[in-house]
Amino acid sequence: MTGVPLVVELTILVLAAFLGFEVIAKVPTMLHTPLMSGANFIHGIVIVGAIIVLGGADDTFTKAVGFTALVLATANVVGGWFVTDRMLGMFKRRPEPKAEKERRE
Amino acid sequence: MISDPDVVGLLYLVTIVCFIVALKFLSSPRHARKGNWVGGAGMLVAIATTLLLEGLENWGLMIAGLVIGSVVGLVGARTVRMTAMPQMVAIFNGVGGGAAALVALSEWHGATDPVWDETTSIVLSALIGSISFAGSVVAFAKLQELVSGRPIVFPGQNIVNIAVLAAAALLGVVALAGVEEQWVLFTLVALALVFGVMFVLPIGGADMPVVISLLNAFTGLAASATGFVLDSTVLIVSGMLVGAAGTLLTLLMAKAMNRSVANVLFGAFGQVQTAAAAGRATDDGRTVRATTPEDVAVQLSFARKVIVAPGYGMAVAQAQHDVRQLADLLEEHGVDVKYAIHPVAGRMPGHMNVLLAEANVPYTQLFEMDEINPEFPQTDVVLVIGANDVTNPAARSDPGSPIYGMPILDVDKAASIVVLKRSMNPGFAGIDNELYLDPKTTMLFGDAKDSVLKLVSAVKAS
Repeated sequence: MTGVPLVVELTILVLAAFLGFEVIAKVPTMLHTPLMSGANFIHGIVIVGAIIVLGGADDTFTKAVGFTALVLATANVVGGWFVTDRMLGMFKRRPEPKAEKERRE
Repeated sequence: MISDPDVVGLLYLVTIVCFIVALKFLSSPRHARKGNWVGGAGMLVAIATTLLLEGLENWGLMIAGLVIGSVVGLVGARTVRMTAMPQMVAIFNGVGGGAAALVALSEWHGATDPVWDETTSIVLSALIGSISFAGSVVAFAKLQELVSGRPIVFPGQNIVNIAVLAAAALLGVVALAGVEEQWVLFTLVALALVFGVMFVLPIGGADMPVVISLLNAFTGLAASATGFVLDSTVLIVSGMLVGAAGTLLTLLMAKAMNRSVANVLFGAFGQVQTAAAAGRATDDGRTVRATTPEDVAVQLSFARKVIVAPGYGMAVAQAQHDVRQLADLLEEHGVDVKYAIHPVAGRMPGHMNVLLAEANVPYTQLFEMDEINPEFPQTDVVLVIGANDVTNPAARSDPGSPIYGMPILDVDKAASIVVLKRSMNPGFAGIDNELYLDPKTTMLFGDAKDSVLKLVSAVKAS
């Protein structure tokens, strides 16, 4: 615990919300599925919490809970990233030669 | 080991910047993939920084957890078929929510005399995380067809749901009032899990884009609440970014259906519609005309302009590759082929775009509803593949229709319409589609994939 004042944390939260809306409003409909999957990956950041809990656990209950949380969060991070990458890899423009043909027409 | 809190804070700031850049790069398909790499790098920085914090123990469990999680995530992500993407997104969303709830549980377990703001964060994180986890699992089961995709309803459902949620909230207040017993949070989590299940069960498959977006937002908010518990700005900001993304998508999807979010979540759509439809006279002497692949092939080959309007039926039949093959053939015949994508076609936002991208359809050929609607009057043939409610003209013309006011693809304005459909069963809205009775419309019955394959060979032969 670093002891950041609550008001400062709330300020950061509100600013992040506005920033999020601004950035995400610019994502085209076409990319909404990768956006969701990418957002999915980002909330995998909860892995940080899982590591802290497991690393500081000294009784069996906390160890078990922390371990489960770590497994879930890691699956979230790794799965979320690879799914997003796979999807984004499929978005291609029209192959170049064909595009040239179109321009000549 | 990193002991200086400023260094730790700066490293986490790097992560935050990477995440924001990743989302920013998503504004164009050209940079999007690069953006994901930037996001991945940010995540690695955060994980490495956390692992290097002083005083961490249980390294055996730590490594085991990281390895098991990675294997599960990697295998899941690599092996899933593109058509199964909605349920994959749902389940990865669920595990994130579950992790947030578990972190909250263990903080509650280890807390000695927590102050009110810490308790509030723990309660919120546990509550929202558990709802997201249970809801996502049910959404997964519905999409995977482990349980019926149709709405599951019983009388007084909304009252029971509200009661369960209220009980969970009451326990939250009890915790805040200073009752630091273990059972309080455990019971709260149990109730939240029950609520998560009950609140997704009555939602029909066609409304899944809204639900998945909403659950996405929930997990983000749960992660953000966890950030307050652990005093971690990286969690607060990242969680909120996801919360904003999910909220925005939820609103967009609801708007695309011209319904309020509340109506989607608590309306049990399919049920209401069936009743509404039953009261309407549809048998006015007009009949549905069935056609053959050969006839359609001739129609298509001699058209100048064809628009394909895909829907969930294409996804279920996994017909996207064959649809592209058909489109390529037609283009060789000199036909202008475009795709019309309705915002809520499929089971998650942008579902059709991903499927067609998988089949190597260039994204420059895909058009959103507002772009393509003015083009229908100049179109010779519209090929509706497994889409129903998003093409129903009743949404424009019949104020009594449950989907009245929903923006639709104006396929009925084209010179002729061919509908590929499994049978005459109504869509999720449970209402008849006026389009099928239109004299310009012909129906090609059968599985979408089979029908498209037959069309491909018929076009080749003609």
